[in-house]
Amino acid sequence: MTEKKTSLSRRNFFKNAGIAAGTLVAATTLPAFDAVLYAAVKRNPKGPWYGIAIDIEKCIGCGTCAKTCKIENDVPQEPFFFRSWVEQYTILKDGSIKVISPNGGIDGFTQSTSADDIEKTFFVPKMCNHCAKSPCVQVCPVGATFETEEGIVLIDEKYCIGCKYCVQACPYGCRYFHPDKHVVDKCTLCFHRVKKGLNPACMDNCPTKARISGDLNDPESAISKFIRTRNVYVLKPHLNTGSKLYYNALNQEVR
Amino acid sequence: MNPEFEHLYQALSKVDGFIYPNEIELSWSVLIVLYPFITGLVAGAFILASLERVFNVKSLKPTYVIALLTAFSFMLVATMPLVFHLGQPFRAWEIMITPHLTSAMAIFGFVYLWYLMVVLLLEIWFDYRVDLVIWSKTATGFKRIVYKALSLGSDDISPKSVKLDDKLGYIVTVIGIPSAFLLHGYVGFIFGSIKANPWWSTVMMPIIFLFSAMVSGIALVMVLFIVINYLRKQKIDMLCLDTIAKYLFYIIIIDFTMESLDQIHRFYEAEESFEIISLLISGHLNFTLLIMQIGVGMMLPLGTLGVLQFYKPAAHIRKAIYFVVGILVLIGIFFMRWNVVIGGQLFSKSFLGFTSFKLSLIGSEGFLMASIWLVVPFFILTFLLWLFPPWKKTPVDH
Repeated sequence: MTEKKTSLSRRNFFKNAGIAAGTLVAATTLPAFDAVLYAAVKRNPKGPWYGIAIDIEKCIGCGTCAKTCKIENDVPQEPFFFRSWVEQYTILKDGSIKVISPNGGIDGFTQSTSADDIEKTFFVPKMCNHCAKSPCVQVCPVGATFETEEGIVLIDEKYCIGCKYCVQACPYGCRYFHPDKHVVDKCTLCFHRVKKGLNPACMDNCPTKARISGDLNDPESAISKFIRTRNVYVLKPHLNTGSKLYYNALNQEVR
Repeated sequence: MNPEFEHLYQALSKVDGFIYPNEIELSWSVLIVLYPFITGLVAGAFILASLERVFNVKSLKPTYVIALLTAFSFMLVATMPLVFHLGQPFRAWEIMITPHLTSAMAIFGFVYLWYLMVVLLLEIWFDYRVDLVIWSKTATGFKRIVYKALSLGSDDISPKSVKLDDKLGYIVTVIGIPSAFLLHGYVGFIFGSIKANPWWSTVMMPIIFLFSAMVSGIALVMVLFIVINYLRKQKIDMLCLDTIAKYLFYIIIIDFTMESLDQIHRFYEAEESFEIISLLISGHLNFTLLIMQIGVGMMLPLGTLGVLQFYKPAAHIRKAIYFVVGILVLIGIFFMRWNVVIGGQLFSKSFLGFTSFKLSLIGSEGFLMASIWLVVPFFILTFLLWLFPPWKKTPVDH
């Protein structure tokens, strides 16, 4: 009896060890989990995989990016339609937060709070995050909004039915309903320029070079180096959108 | 200032706190409030009809056909608010021919067609087939042609064929119950699956939508049953009316429990969005949610129907109470849809402020247009009741 029990438990030991080893081997073949940088993992085997990085410490809140964007992309001038805009965050000494973005920051900012009351203040330029797991692409009922091979989220304006479900699904408020085209519109990362090897208009016109975009697949690209060497963060990481808009020195109060 | 954007400048002046600059105008307006409201009436009315047919609640028999025709009338209109709110209404058919399979919305057309064509139409047809055959022989003129055409060439009125109709109708109803659940649970999923919006994103949403649909559909049939009997100067079947009210009472209890659970859970977990949602409820939605949806639309009917389970006043008083309760419930469920759809867009996804919403009187998304879509189903129902009077049907024992 005793002998049999021993052999059984030895067999069990080998069996369990085998399962454990097998699981371990299987687990090593899985890609490492990295929620924040997930989207930066190579996704387009044939070419570039675009992302954007913004250095909060360099942004002076001039609003040139937002202004340039409207001119470059025929965005209506009224202060309700933006592909790109700038927010000013002011964290007061009493702990309260004040955020403003008058006309998307196009006309610049003035600080109305007395300097004595301010703990810190900074600008946060916003635009489409070109998410790798875009909630907006997921919900489009006809597939009019889609992700290109290069990781750029676009809208086919000849196909969009204007249901605005994507506007609801975007956690970052990056989409708007175009009043003349009667379809949804958003940042294309200046696809028409990127295809020609140029930078997006907002990047080229930023006077402090706070914005960069480029190929996340290329470890030597400026954006890859930027992400590697800085303490970057994406907006609303808990929503797991695979955002590819990385901010340097982003305050956790920013949403 | 371009007058086209005047309302947006007004809204801009009313922004409270900080919102993303693209969030000033609500993407979904009153037409999208109507969509779940009308679809809910369809699903609810159908489920009431199924109670009689499948669950064998005999006392509900007088409402069976009325409930089916009500569901059908509202179903015909259900898509109209959706199509009219589109930026490109003429591209609406793309949803049907090039659906995007990861989109909850893309499935709507198929769920809708399945429900309209396979469930509702078939069930009504099997129920009316014998009558269509008989009426096509007795009626004259326009009606005769319609009956003849709708009988689809069948002219068998033997007891055997009637029995077959009944059996097939029963099978369709059995399929119809999960379909009705699917139809409205699905509408809830459209909202419940939006992770960007904490007011919508809850796994309870399809269940809440389903039970509130049943509440509104049952209330509507109850009100219509009273009105139809009043107009026809018929003595109302009080047993039937009491039974509807009893089911309404039960379903309101379940609905109330589910909605309370959802809110309690939200408040107890008190996640990142807790502060903005508290402000939403106590501020922007205090009238439509606390007073209209919960007070007028739920607590008052629940209390009244609860009392009537124990204390039964005279029939004519009960009837009047049921009528008022039915109307209140319908108002309450309308505001429930309002609070979900409009409420969910009033606060910014930055959780730092609110925009405002003003319902305009005219325009494709205005009050008048919305009223039209709410009234049209009643005209359709009146027409259907005239063309296919349930009270002239050959009595069939299901």
